[in-house]
Amino acid sequence: MSTDKTSTPLGKADPAAADDAPAPAPAAVTAVDPRLLVREQGFAGYLSEFKRKMRAGDLGSIPVVIGLIVIWAIFQGLNSNFLSAGNLSNIAVSMVATGMMAVGIIFVLLLGEIDLSVGSVSGVSGAIVAVLSVTNGINEWLAIVAAIVGGALIGVIHGFFFARIGAPAFAVTLSGLLFWQGFMLQLLGSNGTINLDSDGLVGQLTTYYFSDVAAAYGLAVVAVAAFFLSSFTDSRRREAAGVPSRPLSEIVLRTALLAVLAFAAAATFNQYKGLPLAVLLFLLVLVASDFVLRRTAYGRKVFALGGSVEASRRAGINVTAVRISVFAIAGTFAAVGGLFWASKIAAANQSAAPATC
Amino acid sequence: MSATPVLALRGVSKRFGAVQALTDVELEVHAGEVVALVGDNGAGKSTLVKTIAGVHPIDDGVIEWEGSAVQISKPHDAQNLGIATVYQDLALCDNIDVVGNLYLGRELRRRGVLDEVEMERRARELLTTLSIRIPSVRIPIASLSGGQRQTVAIARSMLGEPKLVILDEPTAALGVEQTAQVLDLVERLRDRGHAVILISHNMADVKAVADKVAVLRLGRNNGVFDVASTSQEEIISAITGATDNAVTRRAARNAEVQK
Ligand SMILES: Nc1ncnc2c1ncn2[C@@H]1O[C@H](COP(=O)(O)OP(=O)(O)OP(=O)(O)O)[C@@H](O)[C@H]1O
Ligand SMILES: [Mg+2]
Repeated sequence: MSTDKTSTPLGKADPAAADDAPAPAPAAVTAVDPRLLVREQGFAGYLSEFKRKMRAGDLGSIPVVIGLIVIWAIFQGLNSNFLSAGNLSNIAVSMVATGMMAVGIIFVLLLGEIDLSVGSVSGVSGAIVAVLSVTNGINEWLAIVAAIVGGALIGVIHGFFFARIGAPAFAVTLSGLLFWQGFMLQLLGSNGTINLDSDGLVGQLTTYYFSDVAAAYGLAVVAVAAFFLSSFTDSRRREAAGVPSRPLSEIVLRTALLAVLAFAAAATFNQYKGLPLAVLLFLLVLVASDFVLRRTAYGRKVFALGGSVEASRRAGINVTAVRISVFAIAGTFAAVGGLFWASKIAAANQSAAPATC
Repeated sequence: MSATPVLALRGVSKRFGAVQALTDVELEVHAGEVVALVGDNGAGKSTLVKTIAGVHPIDDGVIEWEGSAVQISKPHDAQNLGIATVYQDLALCDNIDVVGNLYLGRELRRRGVLDEVEMERRARELLTTLSIRIPSVRIPIASLSGGQRQTVAIARSMLGEPKLVILDEPTAALGVEQTAQVLDLVERLRDRGHAVILISHNMADVKAVADKVAVLRLGRNNGVFDVASTSQEEIISAITGATDNAVTRRAARNAEVQK
């Protein structure tokens, strides 16, 4: 670009006008560094990029996938029932309790903090439901709402001590771990165990299956279609605005990959009892939390705080509020996970708090 | 130039623990005026900037905005008044991409969802307008060079319609061309009627764009000079606090050597 004042873009346009200029400026595309290596288009580009990354030691999620395959191979060798539809389906359902807690923890980890208390909080949640619905005969829906609200409040308390008082999250949630475990024992009373009705609402969380094969396949179709449509419309909008977009071939490839996975999973579930309610709920939570983290201003604030607290503060982000809300989210999901755990063992007892024992 | 200054500081003091960083500082900035703030390392320039930007609330004194006293107790207050700041330490989030950083805290939304496309389009446009060259607007700040980060921080302050732009050593890490661009930018802001506070250690830059030079020394005012009618030596002696200082001694030595 020229240093001659009159011919630089500075001379003709002013910066603030960039804010309300309606049409995309064609010049915008030229602002790239000539040294930037543009990936080859299409599938070949994908492959060469993949090879380069492997060679550079940038393995991404490959180790996880390989690890999973190795684990599956070993267990299948030990017991030929391991990869059966029934077992895989049961594992998927069992995963949901810890999975829900993990979703909450991810929010905290993105802040660069830690929450050690989720196990205990999940135990408290199970105890609240059991005490309210079994011991006191309160409507199970109400009991569930109370447990989840309780988890959120516990999270707010942790967040308050961390964000307002300034105690390290490690210390706050470690004491939370101990305190809420004691609180759970207190709630459960002298027996230490309250059995849940496995046909009740909580019981059904992990025992209900949509036995109609259309349910699992339908979900797969909806998921694949939604993925394709959102990628496609997004790419079209980007194209229209003159910013780099994904080529159609890449979208199709990604959609195809998702379709293979989705239909394989659906077929597996259908071979057994059908789509488990727990798995459906977990998938919904995953999609929703991914959406919140990557597509909303709130999620951006969470990432920003994880990057630099001071920069976030100077950008006008209410650091305290975001921190407290993140711990509230962790508490909420811990409580939700606790419900699934209680549902799985059909009881509330000390064996809850799976993450701590 | 309007009669009431956009921003006026009256007797502003700021203390950090055992350090009295600012003592009774006075400063006035009018619309369409570039005020250079100069002083030695540790004179309190960045601290003064941060008090105006709401990062460090003042202990004593009054901040007047367009003639009336205002409370600036958090960064949001300053932003709402129309103060945009480029900090010396940049204050960018390393893990977020360029677009995300430009719009941090004021994201564009479309039906409640982040409008990434529009933000990216405007970001590219803005960067082109400022002749800023970075490999991609979608790479995290962590992978930019120091100067590139600085240009992103400057671009960030240009979004929206700030009434007062504060630049804390904006050209410290910049190349020759980018420095010229930033100076052009400062002039353009002034011509459009914005007020600018420019902090710089480079006397040539200061003389080139500033209308007034305010000197801070050990956290106190040490004179406000009109650039056109003041020599560089006078400003330097105000900065160092003596006519006999390291700069003049060095000049004298060089003159002797040449003889
Ligand atoms: N957050 C803080 N806590 C304690 N002391 C501080 C803090 N920020 C600044 N100071 C002190 O205040 C004084 C002024 O610092 P300041 O950063 O304002 O200097 P400056 O004029 O910007 O210097 P430079 O030209 O090196 O950027 C210094 O003595 C510094 O040690
Ligand atoms: Mg400074």
